[in-house]
Amino acid sequence: MTVTDVRKDTAALTMEIVSEFTAPIERVWQLLADPRQLERWWGPPTHPATFTDFDLTSGGAVAYFMTAPDGEQYHGWWRVREVDPPNALEVQDGFANDDGEPNPDLPVNIMRIDLEAMGAVTQMTIRSTFPTLDAMEQTLAMGAEEGMRQALGQIDDLLLLPST
Amino acid sequence: MVVETLSDDDVDRLFQALADRTRRDIVRRTMVGDSSVSALARSYDMSFAAVQKHVAVLERADLVVKQRRGREQLVRCNVDTVRRAQRLLDQLESVWLDRLDRFEQLLDDRNQRPTVTKGKTS
Repeated sequence: MTVTDVRKDTAALTMEIVSEFTAPIERVWQLLADPRQLERWWGPPTHPATFTDFDLTSGGAVAYFMTAPDGEQYHGWWRVREVDPPNALEVQDGFANDDGEPNPDLPVNIMRIDLEAMGAVTQMTIRSTFPTLDAMEQTLAMGAEEGMRQALGQIDDLLLLPST
Repeated sequence: MVVETLSDDDVDRLFQALADRTRRDIVRRTMVGDSSVSALARSYDMSFAAVQKHVAVLERADLVVKQRRGREQLVRCNVDTVRRAQRLLDQLESVWLDRLDRFEQLLDDRNQRPTVTKGKTS
């Protein structure tokens, strides 16, 4: 995998990452469209994701939760805005309450993924857009907590290695 | 979860301020160093009054501060606001780069060889 471009626009609150994978476009699409494969990369290893509803059609609802090492679950949802296999997927992504119901008080962002076959390589463009700085800050504050725990988990792993 | 709060009005002002090319350019210039309104006016093909208006919009959005030095009005970028957006985008980038690493790992695992990752069979 090669990341060929990262564009960040502080005015539009948009981040775009372009990367290339040596795999056919259908194969790359599966990693997005098959919930069992999606859940192996969506969350960090310490917070595996479990997708419970997965209606990847236009207007369809997706529900998932991530499980923290202490067993606590964080729920999220997607609303599918556009789906065009194997080329494009655009969803609204937000937080949900413990019962999986979307929480309207928490921020929502838009994630768009475009795939393009370029010979033996598939190019993937991810675009993530937030409505306000506050929404981005809040979303990342919740994610950053996960990142921090993940880093701490890795320190634990190191400490458990034999000290020879 | 600690969240700095900007009101909806603050956010509207911020976005309106940055929606204009000249104003974005003023922010960029003043990030590098203070600049007087008259020096800015010389850089653009517009009147002193027009540039002054742009500066006033940026000032209301908290993106620049104005300071009087002698006869000159110095415009200085409020780096905190711009940095905040930059810092958040940097965090977002690292979240996605981590995801892409796992994404690739998964593609490799299935494409070429069944590999054993640390601790569990894939």
